[in-house]
Amino acid sequence: MLQILRDNWVLFLIGQYPAGPLGGLSATVLIAVLGLGLSFPCALLLGLGRISPFRSIRAVTAIIVHTVRGTPFLMVIFWSYFALPIIIGHPIAGFPTLVGALVIYESAYLAEIVRSGIEALPKGQIEAARSLGLNYRQAMMSVVLPQALYNSLPTMMSQFVSLIKETSLGYVISVNEFTFAAAQVNSRLLTKPVQVFSILALTYFLLCFALTQSARAVERHIARRRREDPAVIRPLESFVVEPAP
Amino acid sequence: MMGYSLDFTAVLAGEHLKWLLSGIQVTAELFAGAWALALLLAVVLIVLRNTGLRPAHWFVTTYVEVHQNVPLLVQVLFWYFAVPELLPAPAQIWLNEHNSEFILALLALSFCIAAYMSEALRSGLRAIPPMQYEASRALGFGYLSTMRYVILPQAARLSLPPLINYTLLLFKNTSIAMAIGVHELTYQSRQIENDTFRTFEVFAVATAIYLLSSFAIMALGALYERRAGLQAR
Repeated sequence: MLQILRDNWVLFLIGQYPAGPLGGLSATVLIAVLGLGLSFPCALLLGLGRISPFRSIRAVTAIIVHTVRGTPFLMVIFWSYFALPIIIGHPIAGFPTLVGALVIYESAYLAEIVRSGIEALPKGQIEAARSLGLNYRQAMMSVVLPQALYNSLPTMMSQFVSLIKETSLGYVISVNEFTFAAAQVNSRLLTKPVQVFSILALTYFLLCFALTQSARAVERHIARRRREDPAVIRPLESFVVEPAP
Repeated sequence: MMGYSLDFTAVLAGEHLKWLLSGIQVTAELFAGAWALALLLAVVLIVLRNTGLRPAHWFVTTYVEVHQNVPLLVQVLFWYFAVPELLPAPAQIWLNEHNSEFILALLALSFCIAAYMSEALRSGLRAIPPMQYEASRALGFGYLSTMRYVILPQAARLSLPPLINYTLLLFKNTSIAMAIGVHELTYQSRQIENDTFRTFEVFAVATAIYLLSSFAIMALGALYERRAGLQAR
């Protein structure tokens, strides 16, 4: 196993980078960070739409969220990889395809986190803000959202772990990321699948487990602040960090 | 999109319809088999955790963390490429003769989802105050009947929402089995797409099937939750 690591660590870490596209673990992290960064604004809009005072906006966003949540991520990837190029008329590389599919898929999940974060705040918050003369937008932006997002930080972090795990599906459309790099090493060595896939699984585990543990630490910190600091608003229901495969 | 006219007949007729139907069947088998096995494994895990033995507790905690923090695709690939290597030769031969892709994908899916389901069961059990247990024992119930009549009915109701959530995730993730060549719905729709170039039609049909099934699971879950909620009153 150490021998395989010694021979292939560059490929595992950055793929064929200077000579070819960035790959390996760094591509996985880059895709995940881009996916989270780009889907967050979409998720905010979708999440606010889900609790909008206008019924039509609520209906449209609910349909979007439920449709995405009912579709396998692999199907979303195939739509972006095979169908999108026909619409726009030219092929797209695997990397942006995967990031795009992640943004579509994760926006729906993060939107539900944003929504439940807002709904968990006591109703008095928005009423107090409105009676102080703030309009809906101001009340949301400066009173409700900061608290809701702070409270849902641990859930967001565990969603980021899901996002990292989902990037591995790029393998199916041959995106140069970590799983793809390991599969390449595996097919070159041929006789060492146990070692290669153990390295792959162990690395993912270390990365994701560290993040999961940080999410739990943040959750404990927030729970402690809620108990000790009367200025921190307690949500009505506690958040359960519910990870997804 | 110019000049592209939708034509579902290429997808929904003849040989391709047969592929599609067999894909649906394999997806259904994979889902049902993995669901049953996962629930069984989850119960085994939760019983092991509650034995109070330190090694058992440690094993279950590690099992859950490993399966939750490694991508499912990597687990599937591990089962497909690495696990057969670790088996004795007769078992390898048996696997190759009995549709090894399907069996290994089913095992990978159920071992992974079992970790999530056992956590769902654990959170349900943990929410029952220990006083309930003590009160029931004081009333003369034995351990088993305390579990059967007092603890489990309440815990099952509390575990239901996450269990339904994981059932849905399991259903969607059966599509990952295509990565090792299981001929399920996603695999077959790729095959049909390859054969006909009817990209929109075939993905639309496959997505619609997945969506309808997902909505059915969500609706059944909501119905079941409401009934379980009513029983409590």
